[in-house]
Amino acid sequence: MTADVQIQAVSQRFGASTVLDNVSLEIAAGEFVVLLGPSGCGKTTLLNLIGGFAEPTAGAVRIGGRDMAGLAPQHRPTTTVFQDYALFPHMTLRDNVAFGLRMRGVAKAKRGEKADAMLALVGLEGRGDRRPHELSGGQRQRVALARALAVEPDVLLLDEPLGALDLKLRRQMQDELKSIQRRIGTTFVHVTHDQEEAMAIADRIVVMNAGRIEDHGPPREVYLHPKTLFTASFMGEVNRIPIAGGQAPFGPVALPDGTLCLRPEAITESGPLRIGPCRVLEAAFFGAHVRAHVAPVSAPDLKLVVHLPQSAMPAPGQVLDLGAETWGVLST
Amino acid sequence: MTLKAREHRLGWGLVAPALLWTGAFFALPFLAMLALSFARMEGRQIVPALDPGNYTRFLTDPTLFGALLNSLEITVLVTALSVVLAWPLAAIIAFRVPARWQRLALLLAVLPFWTSYVVRSYAWLLVLGQNGVVNRGLMAVGAIAEPLEISATRTATVIGFVHFFVMLLTLTIYANLIQLSPNYARAAADLGAGRWQTFRHVILPLTLPGVVTGAFLTFVLCIGDYITPQILGGNSELTVPQLIMLQLGRSGNFPLASALSVVLMAVVTLAYFACGRWLRLDRV
Amino acid sequence: MRVLSWLYLALAYVFVFLPVAVLVAFSFQDGRLPVPPFKGVSFRWYEKVLGDGDLMAALGHSFLVAVVSSLIALVLGFLAAHALARVALPGSALMRGVLIAPMTVSYLIVALGLLNLFNLTGVRLSLWTAGIGHVVINLPLCFAILYAAMGDHQKNAERAARDLGAAEWQVLALVSAPMLAMPLAAAFFLSVTFSWDEFIIAFLLTRFDVTLPVEIWSMLKSGLSPATNAVGSLVFLVSVTLVILLEILVFRRAK
Repeated sequence: MTADVQIQAVSQRFGASTVLDNVSLEIAAGEFVVLLGPSGCGKTTLLNLIGGFAEPTAGAVRIGGRDMAGLAPQHRPTTTVFQDYALFPHMTLRDNVAFGLRMRGVAKAKRGEKADAMLALVGLEGRGDRRPHELSGGQRQRVALARALAVEPDVLLLDEPLGALDLKLRRQMQDELKSIQRRIGTTFVHVTHDQEEAMAIADRIVVMNAGRIEDHGPPREVYLHPKTLFTASFMGEVNRIPIAGGQAPFGPVALPDGTLCLRPEAITESGPLRIGPCRVLEAAFFGAHVRAHVAPVSAPDLKLVVHLPQSAMPAPGQVLDLGAETWGVLST
Repeated sequence: MTLKAREHRLGWGLVAPALLWTGAFFALPFLAMLALSFARMEGRQIVPALDPGNYTRFLTDPTLFGALLNSLEITVLVTALSVVLAWPLAAIIAFRVPARWQRLALLLAVLPFWTSYVVRSYAWLLVLGQNGVVNRGLMAVGAIAEPLEISATRTATVIGFVHFFVMLLTLTIYANLIQLSPNYARAAADLGAGRWQTFRHVILPLTLPGVVTGAFLTFVLCIGDYITPQILGGNSELTVPQLIMLQLGRSGNFPLASALSVVLMAVVTLAYFACGRWLRLDRV
Repeated sequence: MRVLSWLYLALAYVFVFLPVAVLVAFSFQDGRLPVPPFKGVSFRWYEKVLGDGDLMAALGHSFLVAVVSSLIALVLGFLAAHALARVALPGSALMRGVLIAPMTVSYLIVALGLLNLFNLTGVRLSLWTAGIGHVVINLPLCFAILYAAMGDHQKNAERAARDLGAAEWQVLALVSAPMLAMPLAAAFFLSVTFSWDEFIIAFLLTRFDVTLPVEIWSMLKSGLSPATNAVGSLVFLVSVTLVILLEILVFRRAK
């Protein structure tokens, strides 16, 4: 029902291009891991290596301690939820969900029963006789999930499963995915390029870039304490302020040389790390906050993005006295 | 064995039967034909040799070379006429006929396409012959006094061919036209293009692949056809396929027939490369 | 413009249907020649044709050759298209080219090549040898139609089936073939109509048992006769029925 996954020094090359470069990762049994990164970063390739749709040029994949080398997808304790769901259009939902069991020689009555139970798990109770084309995108997504889970895999692989859904439905499905994963305890490895989705569902986020793992940790950790600039900017909007010799463009700061990264919401009027008076260039109402572009009076070339409280709506040209919260100083 | 090796073995296994069939019954016979085209006839006996005699004979014998010219002239004329006639027909069906009647209109327009090849040529003989419908009709209304000599001429061959290929091209061009998003024409009109400019600069270039593919098929089928020129054109001027059949039947001259086939294939290959850029044979 | 369009359409229909109309009309000719003047309606040519043992035998042969050769072409084409669409084999572009190649060659050349081969190897000509030729010409057609129909959607569904434990034959039988039911039917019907109408291969590669187009050809040699019109009309009827069936069963449902 669940197993750990070890990715050991895996590389994947296609001709001259290196898609994965010496990647190692340990995934605990029952963990919900999200592989996050821009397109082309190698996250889907890594998922394919775990699922057996491709084999690494070098390195090994172990699931539950067992080396997966040479094992085809059907012989691995994994199943995949595909991006376009890949439901069988000519079969009913019940037959779709029961397909894996049928392949395993489970008797018709028994696998029908199991399929119905899986459909109930994903909230499609009593719809077993429908066909995929009668369903909405979100419902198809659930069927794909039920189908992959029906064979009780140790590890479930999800390849951008929510990518085709609209925003609202996506948020709703994230919650459901998470709660289903909690209930059944199967290891989930989920690929996405949406960092909000990653934070909403992951126990641990693995940030990937250019075939390498940049960073990994719980959502809070990678958001607040990113290990690299890439992670800092990929996880959310960030202001980068160069520091040299204890001097920032707007004045002296008690920080080592390098780049000071500030999240927009970490810049407030009361922040202890003073930036000083800043002129508002433009401001827009974003619902939960007001997003504004400002420039310190002392360094007009430094453009900062700040999130101000909902109630504030500064006019362009207005000057605000701003400072950074210490929790918002990213250690890079 | 690695996954990839296993995948490959499976792939080869599945593609092998088709490849073997094509190899054994298409490529191999073709190679045999190529070899045979260099053989010699001694009496009624075929003697294996490496003799280009059949080809030099083809180039020097006016009957043989003339047949190729006949074939080419007829084929080019037929292809051009068919494209010019079929394009408007396909366009009218695609753009003028209401959507719900389109399939029916198309089905009707190409229904005789599905008659047997032999029967279709025979039917044209009934229409164009000395006592055929056209001559009798024209004589009845007093337009002509003597029946026109249409059958057993090149005209009859061309009419028979055009009839068939207009239908074929209408199918391929129509398929191309309805795939075009109406937004192309809208965008062109929106940007100030007139009807003719829209057609000339937008619609026509977009249908070019379909037209070229259809024209190529027309060329191939037309230049290699025996039935239509034999039934409608008679023996007045021979085409290459008629000549090939004559070699097989009368004299059993397989080497010469093979050489003529090789020539025919070379012509088709040239045509293929001439329009190769726009050709989408795997999407017919 | 509008009026011109409809006029053109009408003229096109006249041109397209003229020979067929004449063919069918004079199959009912109550006289010895299928040309004007029309002497009255008679069914005697149909009676003659339907009572003609050779013709009826040829009809049966044509049907047999068409169905069997189309089935073989369909299965070979399906397996090859499946393999080339899904496995990245080295040289797959070349293989696609080889499989499509017979499409670019005249039937006459295919027939002559096979005739040489059979003469050389001493294979006796029969319906089977003609059938082999028909598979050669229909295989590229089936392959091209099915290969074009195998999109990403199809590939992903096959991947999912494999992921869930299906062996390759199960993937083919339970997922690929049912998902491709429409293009499979289209390819099969098209092959059947092409084989059913094909003359030159059947003419050169059969000996004693011949197919219908070959039998009609030999009728032609004895000159014009309403009997030939009657056979032609019947053949047209069969072809048209096939096409309309295809239209209704395949394309209507595909929408």
